[in-house]
Amino acid sequence: MLKMTHINRVYRTELVETHALREFSLEVESGEFVAVTGPSGSGKTTFLNIAGLLEEPTSGSYLLEDHDVSRLSDNQRAKIRNEKIGFIFQSFNLIPDLNIFDNVDVPLRYRGFNASERAKRIEEALDVVGLTSRVKHLPSQLSGGQQQRVAIARAMAGKPSFILADEPTGNLDSLMARQVIEILEGINAKGTTIIMVTHDPELARRAHRTVHVLDGQVANPEAHYSSLPAAVDASNNAA
Amino acid sequence: MFGYYLRLGIKSISRHPALSFLMMLAVGLGIGVSMTLFSLHYTMSADPIPEKSDQLFAVTLDAWDPEDSYRGNTQGLPPWELTYRDATALLESDIPTRQIAMHKSYFTLNMDASEIKPFMVTTRQTTKDFFEMFNVPFLYGSAWDSATDESLEQVVVLSKATNEKVFGGVDSVGKTIRLNTHDFRVLGVLDTWEPKIKYYDVNNGAIDESEDLFMPFALSAALELPFGGNTNCWKQEEIVGHQGMLNSECIFIQYWAELTSAQQKSEYQAFIDSYANEQKKLGRFERPINNRLDDVVSWIEINEVVPSDLTIMVGLAFLFMAVCLFNAVGLLLARFLAKSPVIALRRAVGASKRAIFSQHLVEVGLIGLGGGLIGIVLAVFGLMGLSTLIEDIDHVARFSWSLGAIAIGLSLGATLLAGLYPTWRICRVQPSSQLKTQ
Repeated sequence: MLKMTHINRVYRTELVETHALREFSLEVESGEFVAVTGPSGSGKTTFLNIAGLLEEPTSGSYLLEDHDVSRLSDNQRAKIRNEKIGFIFQSFNLIPDLNIFDNVDVPLRYRGFNASERAKRIEEALDVVGLTSRVKHLPSQLSGGQQQRVAIARAMAGKPSFILADEPTGNLDSLMARQVIEILEGINAKGTTIIMVTHDPELARRAHRTVHVLDGQVANPEAHYSSLPAAVDASNNAA
Repeated sequence: MFGYYLRLGIKSISRHPALSFLMMLAVGLGIGVSMTLFSLHYTMSADPIPEKSDQLFAVTLDAWDPEDSYRGNTQGLPPWELTYRDATALLESDIPTRQIAMHKSYFTLNMDASEIKPFMVTTRQTTKDFFEMFNVPFLYGSAWDSATDESLEQVVVLSKATNEKVFGGVDSVGKTIRLNTHDFRVLGVLDTWEPKIKYYDVNNGAIDESEDLFMPFALSAALELPFGGNTNCWKQEEIVGHQGMLNSECIFIQYWAELTSAQQKSEYQAFIDSYANEQKKLGRFERPINNRLDDVVSWIEINEVVPSDLTIMVGLAFLFMAVCLFNAVGLLLARFLAKSPVIALRRAVGASKRAIFSQHLVEVGLIGLGGGLIGIVLAVFGLMGLSTLIEDIDHVARFSWSLGAIAIGLSLGATLLAGLYPTWRICRVQPSSQLKTQ
């Protein structure tokens, strides 16, 4: 599904050169639920940005579903992001002007689906997160937990190959955080790969595997498919 | 996707109504001011008879003072008008398809046994071809013919407005009106005819409305009718009575010829030059031969119907519009950059730069459209203000649908052009940096 090999990401200014990722290598199998942990500044977000094709690596190879995506044009990356990747952010990143329906609709619009197909997918996604009755609400009329569930619906409405979640429960209380993680687990159980950056050890423990990032490198490369259920591959293929 | 972008644009505008209105007002102010002045300039400089303007020629002969060019003009142009005797001599030519000699005059129109009080009317004494030559439409009756020109029959053609004022707009053909002390039979009534520029007589109020009445040219001499409008004389000569004026070197006759081909024009030029040479032999036309045939557009240009001041003001107005747009662009840039997080999100979930560009260009277009509409309203008020301040420009200072379309087009075009920079800037937002800062 996702294979990064010797990825380097260097940020350069006139005076300083910062190595956010150094010889970073990671492989994620289809259907995995991977938690990425590490201290602030360790390179977790840079990894997530490169994995989500929001940034290009300075060097190294990135294969996504066996295709090299490390050197693509901006348009090609946008297309892959739209079709194969779902994003969930710590601060939800809903568009305040748009109601819930329209927020979930955003990636589908760029996908070119017709209105009925979009409506069907939006209803399905909102049903999974239990918010079908709130389609006309604006984000500001929802609680934090509900907003994050809308963000999850937006991420999964396009039926992506994998979801990248950056501290998805970071802004939520424990009850809402539990609801969100249960939804993510449910989505993963149906075969969608999830890569989640988190600081929360308890949350990380619920993943199949935890990858610890330190100084721009995977600190525990031996952590490999340790808890990937055998059934996942089969269900992913079915999806 | 256009419908989607349109909806997003409307949402974005309605989310910040005050700022949006400010941007539209900035654009609208520029459009309003520039369109007010452009409208005047456009109307005054437009070809007033495009279907045949290249076939209609103002005829001018230089029979002016040998010691001094006409009004000291530096362009070496002959006088704008002819003497009565030169005009009547030119009428003898059979080269032009049509030709007219004419002058302006004023009368008092009074209707006996009528509730209408006597009032002043402007008249044009002209030969019969005037109406066909200038495509003047008739509502009732017709123009007079050659026989009437020669028979000195006292007939008149009324403008539509005059017919409405005197006869309530009914068919008045055959009825009689009195001008000063002479009775005239109504032969025809014009339909609406409002040339924006009175190109056929720019020397007597180029932006005046056309005359109230028209009557045969020959009646001026026969009935010793008064002359009106500008009359210019250079020669120290004794002018006694009406006939003395007709025989003088004073100029007050406008002359036009319709020449439909280059050959015809060439022949006619040779004719008027030949006439001038003959007059030289008789002791007239002491200046170098300088006889001109100017078509309508050239005639308007050389007579500077559009004041150069107005042209400069139009230029300044467009500069003002540029300043307004510059301000609007500043506001637009600030607003777009404030939307960076949302743009980053859209980019993250799959919007291409082109999609973001299109979306924001549609929003810019909506602001341009709003600015254009505000500009139209301001321009209408501006023209109304000018009409109030300056006399006799009512028919020139009018806002037309075509100018409305130009205003909208200009506003859209200028705003889209100006909006390219903020739109380009917002496309360059890096999703990762914006999402990271959330």
